[in-house]
Amino acid sequence: MRIVVENVDKKFVDNNKREVTALENINFTINEEEIVVLVGPSGCGKSTLLNIVGGLLSPTNGQVYFEGTNDIEPNLGIVFQEIALFPWRTVFENVIYGLEERGVPKKEREEKGKYYIDMVGLTGFENAYPKQLSGGMKQRAGIARALCIEPHLLLMDEPFSALDAQTRTIMQEELLTIWNRTRLSTLYVTHNIQEAVYLGDRVIVLSRHPGKIKSIINIDLPKIGRDSEQYRDQFEKYADEIWGLIRHDAQEALKEA
Amino acid sequence: MSESKKIIKNKVAFLDRKIPRYASVLGITVLLLLWETICRMNLVPPLFLPAPTAILSDGWDLMASGELMNHITASLTRIVGGYAIGATVGIIIGLILGFSRWADAIFTPVVYSIYPIPKIALLPLIILWLGIGEMPKVAIIALGVFFPVLINTFSGVKSVDQTLIKAAVTFGSSHFNVIRKVILPGALPTIFAGLKLAAGTALLLLVSAEMIAAQYGIGAMVLHYGNLMITTKLMFGVMILSLLGLLFNRGLHWLENKLIPWK
Repeated sequence: MRIVVENVDKKFVDNNKREVTALENINFTINEEEIVVLVGPSGCGKSTLLNIVGGLLSPTNGQVYFEGTNDIEPNLGIVFQEIALFPWRTVFENVIYGLEERGVPKKEREEKGKYYIDMVGLTGFENAYPKQLSGGMKQRAGIARALCIEPHLLLMDEPFSALDAQTRTIMQEELLTIWNRTRLSTLYVTHNIQEAVYLGDRVIVLSRHPGKIKSIINIDLPKIGRDSEQYRDQFEKYADEIWGLIRHDAQEALKEA
Repeated sequence: MSESKKIIKNKVAFLDRKIPRYASVLGITVLLLLWETICRMNLVPPLFLPAPTAILSDGWDLMASGELMNHITASLTRIVGGYAIGATVGIIIGLILGFSRWADAIFTPVVYSIYPIPKIALLPLIILWLGIGEMPKVAIIALGVFFPVLINTFSGVKSVDQTLIKAAVTFGSSHFNVIRKVILPGALPTIFAGLKLAAGTALLLLVSAEMIAAQYGIGAMVLHYGNLMITTKLMFGVMILSLLGLLFNRGLHWLENKLIPWK
């Protein structure tokens, strides 16, 4: 099953009643088992694009669709930047929320909940409320909640941007381990170039005003172990290339704020 | 070096100073003692200010004769009934107004034009509609509770984190389940603020309504003994009201902790 983003435009009307083009002519596909990373400076519309793909915003023009579904109703799992765990539900209750809403029997909910809680390393915290957890552990629960519905596409909107640098590094590694077990097609949004190169099969670089695809870069490195010594030069080359594409826009974004 | 040593002390230690437990009863005890002494020394006539012990002993008579029980039962039935109706309807309507933009646009102006009316002013009209008896008193309390609960529920719904709603919808929630599983629990802390506010209003309306038209009830009892100038029994009624208010508040506090364990 592939996800196709076709001719997507998004226009907003801003506070001064002027029309602003947030996204223009966006075309790309996400293949099975592929991690596509959207990267760009702030204000390039990357979160807007992810929201459109996630069905939380309608595009002005164009469409997003699953191809080759064989009449299965495709599922989407979203990991939010704000984490968005329900504060009144325990970790377990949060993780199985999607299953509950789909009417999955209790026994299966318990098995799957346990399985994915174990996968993200939260065993022993099933009955904790979100406020009792650290930022990194909260986002693990957020990831488990998205995995638990076994989605056909996993959307991640800057999931680690609120975490400290050390936690983020660990979470990136863990995410790859999880991907290795689940092989989910993933659309990942970030402003962090290192993260983009570390995780992505393809990195889509967006420009701003309007948000357009500036370049799509294939990362020809093995999925696991890109941070090891032998790939350091190539890794840096990719990162430099992307930074070269973004730098000017990022400086412009800084002036506006 | 050692003679020029300066130790840096915690300048904000007063912020987390520990207070012994007896401090909370200290104020009340001293006040009661002072009150009793003033009365015993005949500094004020007992008609204006009877001694606490005199109030309690006359209060005991009221209880023993069973008169007090009649008043309390009448009052409790009214306030509990009115409060339950007003709070339930207030929460439901508040959730609907908060969730549906159409309902909000149509009904919010109506709500805000009725809200500022002091509800006791509507009592004559309600008596006209419902007749004299229990109904108008319950209705007036329900009305007084309805508005603060509705308005708090409404603003609670509006303050629910939008991403939580998005998350719920993403994971397959229907509109009804979004209200039940996300908006209601999310608004619960604010709803409780409204419930506590309404408890005070309910007590006020109870006493006012009972003073205007009632045979039994704490309000009627206070008015009755006021007319007879039996200050001790009047004051005992007031004390019962204070106790009732306190009990109401504690009960809500307990319920809040029970229903919102995640806070």
